[in-house]
Amino acid sequence: MSPISRREILRSGAGLVIAFHVSRRGRAAEMAPEKPKTDPNAFVRIAPDDSVTVLLAHSEMGQGIWTCLAMLIAEELDCDWTKVRVEHAPSAPAYAHPLFGMMATGGSTSTRAEFERYRQVGAMARDMLVRAAAAKWKTDAKTLRTGNGFVIMGKERLAYGKLAEAAQQLPPPEKVALKDRKNWKLIGKATRRLDTPEKITGKAKFGMDVQFPGLKTALVARPPVFGGKVKTFDASKAKAVPGVEQVLQIPSGVAVVATNFWSAKQGRDELKVEWDSGPGANLDSDALMASYRAQARSPGAPVVKAGEPDAALASAAKRLEAEYDVPFLAHATMEPLNCTVKIENGGCEVWTGTQFQTIEQMTAAAITGLPPGKVQVHTPFLGGGFGRRGDPRGAFVAEAVHVAKAAAVPVKTVWTREDDIKGGLYRPMFLHRVEVGVNDKGMPLAWKHTIVGQSIMSGTPFERMIKNGIDPTSVEGVSDSPYLDAVPARHVSLHTTKNPVPIHFWRSVGNTHTAFAMESMIDELAWNAGQDPLAFRLTLLKDKPRFARALKAAADKAGWGKPLPSGRARGLAVHESFGSIVAEVAEVSVDSEKSIHVHKVSCAIDCGLAVNPLAVEAQVQGAVAYGLSAVLYSEVTLRKGQVEQSNFHDYRVARMADMPEVTVQILESDARMGGVGEPGTPPIAPAVANAVYALTRKRLRSLPLRLA
Amino acid sequence: MKLHVNGAVLEVDAPGEMPLLWVLRDLLGYTGTKFGCGLAQCGVCTVHLDGHATRSCTLPVSMVGERKITTIEGLSAGGTHAVQRAWAILDVVQCGYCQSGQIMCAAALLAEKPDPSDADIDLAMGGTICRCGTYQRIREAIKHAASGRRAER
Repeated sequence: MSPISRREILRSGAGLVIAFHVSRRGRAAEMAPEKPKTDPNAFVRIAPDDSVTVLLAHSEMGQGIWTCLAMLIAEELDCDWTKVRVEHAPSAPAYAHPLFGMMATGGSTSTRAEFERYRQVGAMARDMLVRAAAAKWKTDAKTLRTGNGFVIMGKERLAYGKLAEAAQQLPPPEKVALKDRKNWKLIGKATRRLDTPEKITGKAKFGMDVQFPGLKTALVARPPVFGGKVKTFDASKAKAVPGVEQVLQIPSGVAVVATNFWSAKQGRDELKVEWDSGPGANLDSDALMASYRAQARSPGAPVVKAGEPDAALASAAKRLEAEYDVPFLAHATMEPLNCTVKIENGGCEVWTGTQFQTIEQMTAAAITGLPPGKVQVHTPFLGGGFGRRGDPRGAFVAEAVHVAKAAAVPVKTVWTREDDIKGGLYRPMFLHRVEVGVNDKGMPLAWKHTIVGQSIMSGTPFERMIKNGIDPTSVEGVSDSPYLDAVPARHVSLHTTKNPVPIHFWRSVGNTHTAFAMESMIDELAWNAGQDPLAFRLTLLKDKPRFARALKAAADKAGWGKPLPSGRARGLAVHESFGSIVAEVAEVSVDSEKSIHVHKVSCAIDCGLAVNPLAVEAQVQGAVAYGLSAVLYSEVTLRKGQVEQSNFHDYRVARMADMPEVTVQILESDARMGGVGEPGTPPIAPAVANAVYALTRKRLRSLPLRLA
Repeated sequence: MKLHVNGAVLEVDAPGEMPLLWVLRDLLGYTGTKFGCGLAQCGVCTVHLDGHATRSCTLPVSMVGERKITTIEGLSAGGTHAVQRAWAILDVVQCGYCQSGQIMCAAALLAEKPDPSDADIDLAMGGTICRCGTYQRIREAIKHAASGRRAER
């Protein structure tokens, strides 16, 4: 089978943007558009050599869906797993995300959102192959069975590759039955990645690796202050650099177009630009945080309100107050951003590692003036995403399209690491002020929680997710915290701030800071009550069995309560995000230079069904490492409007020696399937901070954690 | 100038100060070696020069001389080097962008120290960043390759 109507599939239109944020309460599912009919031919091709090619409607950026989604099709198709290949799908409406209505990868949704569609595709294709075999054998399809890439009748069998052409002519079935769970051969089994062979030999093609004759490379000089503009520029020295062909002003700055990267870089270094900095010229992250602290003294827009928290606080036996803060963070994907654009013969081709193909397509269409159907977005492998490559404004692609359009030749626009660290779209800076009133046993009676920070959704196509002034990504993890249900009087509120720093989704989004604030405060309460931090949590979570189970599992594996060598201590945290619950216990030490070392992390994840346990383990290990960079090292700061960091020497991230031994327990449950890419990140910051407190009796309330 | 790349002698017309990375990628088409930082801070550009792990992003091509350059494409035929096999068995890769550099560092380490300690691994691999956080499986894979164990997980 091959894509039956390529024209049909490629006839593109504006994807309807429904919702990016998937609420853990399942609202997004209710908002899903009416599902278009799924055509199996758009998702799977079977060739005469029996190879099965799965078309991936989402972007592989390390999370392993290249393998997981192929497993879903292969399970129902009953094909030979060793003959399965995968390709990124072209940008076309057929591949719209079932929940978001456009091609997108994010919110830890790919596997759970595609669990039905990809299995359906496999089952439909199998049904067509069986009917094709029945026609050949002139028998009743019901008498036939399938296995390992063959349709079988008694002792006779026909390979799928021999049936594919005939099967493709048949109409897809209206309805297919999916396998009973007990008959699964692949789903739930630890399965190695299908993209390994090309990724260990240097053959895997990332956006950065796109090359073709006539392609030029551009670097863009961008304003050193966010919101700045080009006043004037002098390109004479830049143009004198061998290999530099054009220097062009574009909306975001000045582009130097050259025959190769090195020439473009040399040219940009020689470029003289005078900038008009605008209102961001005096931006200072310390001053900004001071203003957040001042704002947090008064309540913001209401998020959660129950009981009379002010009265309960006033009459509490004791009152605890704390402020937790987190800095701006760059994603620092290993592959710096890049985008290749070719505008030719009334069409536009874009090659870029993106999480939002439809937005890129619409963006390129708007700039070139072409209809969206004349824009094709090719998705190579993504050298890391973590949110950075899902820009709802399509800015890095827009810039590259502007460059190619102005240059009138095909151009790959490449960011340097400095461009990446200084270029924005950061995890926003946030401050949490928490006041808790406790009874004489130290149990919380009143909880007043004020959150201050920028809105990620504001000004993007996802703005409609903001309800009553509350961006759900600013408060997720506090607004629905399992702990707050146990507190009779509670008030969560939000101050949404505005400033020129461009901000963005960053692996686990709001949970990166809400888990830190919630689980640190809970730990403070436990110590205040003189209780074991695990026992204290289990009391508060007595009606939340999934949380309690995850906590106990992680704690048991870590040896919670058992003695440790001197100089070591443990801390724990549990947090739900993207529909999955993850508990983590960190074991830490502090050296003579007051540096914190994390030796072991015991994780327990309840994500409902784990389609590929090997991938779940990898994602939780990786999510811990990603979070650990932010716990120990990373921050973006601004002075006089300029970002102070530039590359990996001053924007530090976790390296080999920082990596703890991470154990991952997957707790099977009947709960609705949750996400896996992000939920491992939120608990690591509070788990480490809580362990540092247990060891030093110093409560660190700012990330990155610093004892000295 | 002439460069010895993966067993072949290639003629290349490049300015002497151009880093080896860009000669390999943009002039010779060896895109398996990656650009990550341009400052020898992240290690994804690692190649072997006469068997030693070297950051190609800061090395002017004029400094290479007669030394033999091995890139990920030339490490083995068809990904059969012990390190690559261990990477496959341990299911190390995620996004994959840094893995050429990780594999080249690990192969150079094992060539020098067939049975590396954890401290050796920290030192040899400490210059190569993986934002996906595959470090734990990298460590296991290096040990697996070192011991020659073939046990399946």
